Amino acid sequence: MPKQSMTLWELMESRGTTRRDFLKSCGYLSAALGLSATQMTRLVWALESKPRPPVVWFHFQECTCCSESFIKSSHPLVADIVLDRISLDYSLTLQAAAGKQAEEALHQTMTKYPGQYIMAVEGSVPTKGDGVYCTVAGQTALEILREAAKNAAAVIAWGSCASNGCVQAAAPNPTGATPIHKILKKVVNVPGCPPIGEVMAGVVVHLLAFGRLPQLDSQGRPKAFYSTRIHDSCYRRPYYDAGLFVETFDDANARKGYCLYKMGCRGPETYNSCGIIRWNNGVSYPIESGAPCIGCSEAGYFDNGPFYRRLPSFPGFGVETTADTLGAYLAAAAAGGIAVHAVATNLRKRRLIKKELETSLKDKDLKTGKKDEGGA
Amino acid sequence: MAERIVVDPITRIEGHLRIEADVSGGVITDAFSAGTMVRGLEIILRGRDPRDAWAFAERACGVCTTVHALASVRTVENALGITIPPNAELVRNLMFCAHYLQDHVVHFYVLHALDWVDVVSALRADPQKTADLAGTLSSWPKNSVSYFRTVQKRVQTLVESGQLGIFANAYWGHPGYKLPPEVNLLGVAHYLDILEWQKEIIKVHSVFGGKNPHPHYLVGGAPCAVDPENSMALNAERLALVGKLIDDAIEIVDQVYIPDLLAVASFYKEWASIGGGLKNYLAYGDLPTNGIDDPGGFKFPRGAILDRDLSRVHEVDGADTDQIRESIVHSWYSYQGGESESLHPWDGETDLRYTGPKTPYKNLNVEEKYSWLKTPRWRGHAMEVGPLARLLVAYASGREEVKQAVDGALAHLGVPVAALYSTLGRTAARGIETQLIAHWMKDFYKTLLDNIKNGDLRMFNSEKWDPDTWPAEARGVGLSEAPRGALAHWIVIKDKKIANYQMVVPTTWNGSPRDGSGQRSAYEESLIGTPVAVVDQPLEILRTIHSFDPCVACAVHLYDPEGRHISRIRVI
Repeated sequence: MPKQSMTLWELMESRGTTRRDFLKSCGYLSAALGLSATQMTRLVWALESKPRPPVVWFHFQECTCCSESFIKSSHPLVADIVLDRISLDYSLTLQAAAGKQAEEALHQTMTKYPGQYIMAVEGSVPTKGDGVYCTVAGQTALEILREAAKNAAAVIAWGSCASNGCVQAAAPNPTGATPIHKILKKVVNVPGCPPIGEVMAGVVVHLLAFGRLPQLDSQGRPKAFYSTRIHDSCYRRPYYDAGLFVETFDDANARKGYCLYKMGCRGPETYNSCGIIRWNNGVSYPIESGAPCIGCSEAGYFDNGPFYRRLPSFPGFGVETTADTLGAYLAAAAAGGIAVHAVATNLRKRRLIKKELETSLKDKDLKTGKKDEGGA
Repeated sequence: MAERIVVDPITRIEGHLRIEADVSGGVITDAFSAGTMVRGLEIILRGRDPRDAWAFAERACGVCTTVHALASVRTVENALGITIPPNAELVRNLMFCAHYLQDHVVHFYVLHALDWVDVVSALRADPQKTADLAGTLSSWPKNSVSYFRTVQKRVQTLVESGQLGIFANAYWGHPGYKLPPEVNLLGVAHYLDILEWQKEIIKVHSVFGGKNPHPHYLVGGAPCAVDPENSMALNAERLALVGKLIDDAIEIVDQVYIPDLLAVASFYKEWASIGGGLKNYLAYGDLPTNGIDDPGGFKFPRGAILDRDLSRVHEVDGADTDQIRESIVHSWYSYQGGESESLHPWDGETDLRYTGPKTPYKNLNVEEKYSWLKTPRWRGHAMEVGPLARLLVAYASGREEVKQAVDGALAHLGVPVAALYSTLGRTAARGIETQLIAHWMKDFYKTLLDNIKNGDLRMFNSEKWDPDTWPAEARGVGLSEAPRGALAHWIVIKDKKIANYQMVVPTTWNGSPRDGSGQRSAYEESLIGTPVAVVDQPLEILRTIHSFDPCVACAVHLYDPEGRHISRIRVI
């Protein structure tokens, strides 16, 4: 009988971690996942005792930034996930075997663990030209995707390419780049270009700890990481509320850390954890480094430009607004012919808003918003 | 009769690469390199705001993240005549260096090491002997007996679990593995340590660009405002973090990477005469110290070397339409002027025209077209690009610190300069330049601190930010060096929008199919003569191909659906 692999606790213990530190790191994870104290007990239990589920990870039309982000997770560490928590049986980036032997490893897992393996997809799938724009081992991405999905326990779409098509699906989408959820049902979308490493690890830990998919919003995104607008979790928000803005990059206001709204920041319409978890173990996020958010986790973000043009509609929704309620509201507003900005709740800034709107529409002839039928 | 073997997918790389090779009498007699994925960025970029281009172009590659954004902002700045402040140049250099440190070290341990290190053999090692050996290589404090024992136990647990995961079905026990068990254990231990460390050095990107992968860039400078007296700007705390990350990186490179590289290389000296391939090398150079328009001030100089003649460095100019030209004889494209035409990127056409076999297929028709990569040439010559090309151009240009570093490594291994022209030479060159870069990075950091101390806080030149200040038409070229080699972007701006945008990337140089005259590119040429011990196990092919650090995210050529003006983009 093969022995069960080392648990995360055994591993950390063997590296000199105390039980207290272990629980502390579980606590950090729980906080990141938004778990209660009872749930945390289950998380500790699961990390200590679950066996390793097989994972097959595909690369289609992508740039590997998702894999690069995943290996930069700080908690858990990628080595601990890949060697101790899951069995990563197919991965073009990390796997030792190549060619025939790599494909054999994939097929062995799909045959040996039907209904049990987790399928992770990095990249969109080209649907034009019979799919010849992406092949692996002589098969198209579309053929591979459909075959592997038949017996997968769960499908995770890593990053914006797999979740919404990202840059290659931007107008006019020459290869018919298509996100996974348009081909398969029941996909967990983890958007972002890339997603934050700890978010990716958090999704895996959620699956391992609770043995089920995380709760998803209407766009298939885990609520634990995508239910808050960056604008509502931004440490520069008080400057926005006070009407204090950066006017040009590197001006006196930029050095004071004022709000980047006028520089085109997409924080007001982007749902992600950048302002909460931050990047690379909490070091920073684009706004903190003086760069406006480009909304990289939102569908169609490359067609929602130019990036440095301030958002045309002034978002006045409250902190409690989630993507779903905002989506429902926008639909209702559109149906009723109501301009979105008219419902801005912050009456104090009406005049400012009007001025912003006038200037923001100056470059409207620049290419935006054109979408191809294949893209998101 | 030669046997055709196929390796698809080539793993432990970025992107989709397929190698077909003919093996006869245990030796490769011919080889064919194919990129099998294409996206499409150039047509997508057309009509956009040039100031946004970096964000599109950066998505060309998430492994070479940062360098495409850098080449992109340089291209726009070149077109519009924007000079960035010295601090912004230093910040870009620091981000460049951080990227190289992460990327090269990860390449050696995570992507390349398993070609040389037998993971399963590490189980037979005596941890005491590994610790003794490690003690002779460096004074890195972590190299203790209990540390190696813990790692060994971890590998044992993994093997006994019956689920080998990323190590499953590989080539363990292959006769090509030459390291003693103790060195294998050392390699496995440091593989795990490097995975843990690499997430640290890229925090330099988080500080200056907000995140990694894909940090934010800015045409005209850098987005991060600096002010040592302000809690919301780049201040002493942020800079101290960068300083610490550099010091830690220097320790990892000096105490772990370089000693391991030399130790492993000493067991594989026969690979110093295998995999040489082409005899021509091209480098655009990078790390400016006196502005982008003064290549003489670059830490990595610009130039080309032909026929391994180190006595002469040829001048390279991305704007000279006679120099860089591309052909499509074996690529899935068509040219309006005919199949035999070659075009400079500014005049480029691209019309995707797949003529390969219907999927699923077993073999490509290599007599016809067989790749999504076009074939670039410099003055008609096939060129190798990458760390070896950069070092050779610097060496031949008489750069003293590069010469000393190269000569020192060669002396340590007891091999002549000619040993550089090989699979092992390429891998060693990557290590040597990493060490140089780690120490240069410290110098850039000190200069940035000095500037701030002297009151220079400028990070951005706003003069040409407003499109109303731009000429009606402008064109630019931005040259850079990705970790994998020479990288260039070209732009044409008309009426404040992108009229044309193109990239020619390192893996297009190295991994492209042969040209119309039958000249092979670097991957194909380097495989000729490579011995293959076990025909259905491609270990030797992986060694040489990995020595180039392939990055194929795409040969993202684009086409105009109406077949009119056509252009392209190619991505690492």
